[in-house]
Amino acid sequence: MFDSYVENTLQYYPDKCINCLRCTQVCPHGVFSEGKEHVELVRPAACMECGACALNCPVQAIEVQSGVGCAWAMISAALRGKDMDSAECGCGDGSCCGGNSKNPFLIEKL
Amino acid sequence: MENDKTADSTCSCAPKSDKLSFITFTHDIPACEILTITSTLTLKDRFGHFLARWGVNRMGYIVKPNLYKLGNPDADSPVFVSANYTMSFDALRSALAGIDCYILVLDTKGINVWCAAGKGTFGTEELVRRISWSGLSDIVQHRTIILPQLSAPGISAHEVQRRSGFRVEYGPVRANDLAEYLKTHKATPEMRRVHFSLWNRLVLTPMELVHAALPTLAVAIVLYFLAGPLAALAAITTVLTGTVLFPVLLPFIPTHDFSTKGLILGEIVAIPFALTFAADSVTSLWPNVLKALVFLLVMPAVTAYLALNFTGCTTFTSRTGVKKEIFRYVPFMAFIAGSGIVISILLGIFRLMKVI
Repeated sequence: MFDSYVENTLQYYPDKCINCLRCTQVCPHGVFSEGKEHVELVRPAACMECGACALNCPVQAIEVQSGVGCAWAMISAALRGKDMDSAECGCGDGSCCGGNSKNPFLIEKL
Repeated sequence: MENDKTADSTCSCAPKSDKLSFITFTHDIPACEILTITSTLTLKDRFGHFLARWGVNRMGYIVKPNLYKLGNPDADSPVFVSANYTMSFDALRSALAGIDCYILVLDTKGINVWCAAGKGTFGTEELVRRISWSGLSDIVQHRTIILPQLSAPGISAHEVQRRSGFRVEYGPVRANDLAEYLKTHKATPEMRRVHFSLWNRLVLTPMELVHAALPTLAVAIVLYFLAGPLAALAAITTVLTGTVLFPVLLPFIPTHDFSTKGLILGEIVAIPFALTFAADSVTSLWPNVLKALVFLLVMPAVTAYLALNFTGCTTFTSRTGVKKEIFRYVPFMAFIAGSGIVISILLGIFRLMKVI
């Protein structure tokens, strides 16, 4: 009841997978794991819908409606009369991220 | 920082006077002048990082999109790709100490890697364009570029290879793991995982505070004159709870949703204020109860809203989940905050009418 993050839009079609392992390389939450004949979907609820796996899958074995998981951006979009799903991170536009990012801590990373 | 920059340049894409003191110019690449950098972070760099964390000249904290060389790279040296946000660039170059390599900096509009990837500025188009523009294929013999893993939401690796001839290799999440990664060019599962440690959360709080400071001050001043110093203190406490205490305590507060976490934390913080007003011996019981109720309603609502907005700073919230949270909890936040405000207005009217 108090977990809004159990479900997401991630769809995986193992029959299409060619086992290139790209998705395991790009997912920052270990959603995918190496399998015998194809990649295994091991932590689907951990998906944050960043879209990296789908964009880097050369055979379209993964689909996800990627977007910004940022309430500030979504509420701002709604207040402007726009679709919440069209919300874009306001990085650099004086948003919560300021001139840096949705995740300013990422400056510690590559 | 070193600053042995030379003045002349004949290359068409040579930069004009560059203010980055760690840059020097070289003249051995005819296609496009490569800028030389060091891996050393000076005190000035670190102070700049500190200021950027507080939002000082954040959008001006950028690196020129260009090809840079670190050490003495040759045609077989690795090529890394980075964003043109100074702190992203500094994290990379400092992690590459002792490694001869090239760094291709994309124009991400001063945004860091992951967010730029999400916005598309660190994207396939920009990468392919920069590879071509820099003449990289004439500079190195190999056809591999190493990208930060967190750039993947903006990059289609197979598309980059098809259009540029360069194979994309995703490095680890953290720059500190690069040295280990480069030994085998294989990342361990741990290197591939993004975390949200206490330090990660703490470094976010200055920016959160900066954004909330002015409105908070304005509200506190108004409350000071309308309801006294304790009400003003409650406003400041609420914002500090939502912007500093909440990020610090995030993993330790029960429930998974940010809104409910915020409600719980806000309620706890409101209790001392509520008790103080409830115990006021000057006025009678029912106005005291109502005053206490105002704090118990408004403070959790505001804290919960600030907590919900923190989703944008985290490393794990999905759009689907955030949307659910908004629809589930924002109406409730508005209701309890509105109820608290209505009660406080009524209390003010009663006081003016000398009913209490």
